[in-house]
Amino acid sequence: MTMTLDRPLVRVPTELARGRGGGGPAPKRIVVAYGFWIFILSDMVMFSALFAAYAVLSGNTAGGPTGAELFNLRNVFIETMCLLLSSYTCGIGMLAAERRQPALFLVLAIATFVLGAAFLFIEVTEFVGMVQMGAGPSRSAFLSAFFTLVGTHGVHVASGLIALVYLVAQMLVMGLHAVVLRRLLCWSLFWHALDIVWVGVFTLVYLMGGP
Amino acid sequence: MSNPEHVFDDRTPGVEEHESTASYLSYTVGLALAILATIASFIVAQTDLIWAPGIPVGLIVLALAQIGVHLVFFLHLGSGSDSTNNVLALAFGVLIVFLVIAGSIWIIANLNSNMMPMPH
Repeated sequence: MTMTLDRPLVRVPTELARGRGGGGPAPKRIVVAYGFWIFILSDMVMFSALFAAYAVLSGNTAGGPTGAELFNLRNVFIETMCLLLSSYTCGIGMLAAERRQPALFLVLAIATFVLGAAFLFIEVTEFVGMVQMGAGPSRSAFLSAFFTLVGTHGVHVASGLIALVYLVAQMLVMGLHAVVLRRLLCWSLFWHALDIVWVGVFTLVYLMGGP
Repeated sequence: MSNPEHVFDDRTPGVEEHESTASYLSYTVGLALAILATIASFIVAQTDLIWAPGIPVGLIVLALAQIGVHLVFFLHLGSGSDSTNNVLALAFGVLIVFLVIAGSIWIIANLNSNMMPMPH
């Protein structure tokens, strides 16, 4: 490996060889985020199978209701905005945590939770309404695929909300400790990734199959 | 050479230990772009102004643009050396996602067109 260095190349003790790209381990924050990123990508691969199932089955309504009859795009738009804004408050909340501003972080974490919960509430209301009018997951292959794909995303959002409560409790007990910051960083990656999945869901499911 | 840590560090001069690549500005720009892309998607899906067969293409382009905005402004995947590994892993993930989705649609469409006609 040839490198041009403008300073003498000396064998570096491992604990001193920090840095970016060059010899030595990266900071723990980078390594932890990388590991969590691999998990998120594997989650994306799982979602891709559900997307593929939906794309294949979306036409098989078995005489039942179609997406155009079931979907309410106004609600979907509100859901999308809730999730997008909660991604934003999550991101700037992480900045507040990194800058050691616990009060601001708490406010933004609560805003993130409320927006995420609003998203989930609208989604569950939509699901309950569909099941009550006889368009449950057992009605047709289209609806099975719909409930599996959108429901799996909803379960992710719900588990993200539970994890957020857990992490805020940790922050209140331990303060903005480096360990808590790393966990919050991973959580924010998870939350942003869910928003990316939702972009695929509202485009493929609601806008392409909607009224 | 008095401080060995300083000499051996291969960080660009002026870069801090806990430098945050993110800023309130970058999140706000990302939010504005994502909202624009979302509103554009909902308008494109419902408008009569666009040639109907072109609508899915437009929606896919807008969705990919918005995913790009999320990756750059929210997840901070950039050209920095810190995110090289993340970008490589993402490229592999995108390959698998593409194979699973495009492969499934292709194979099932092929099976469908080779099905015997069935009475419904």
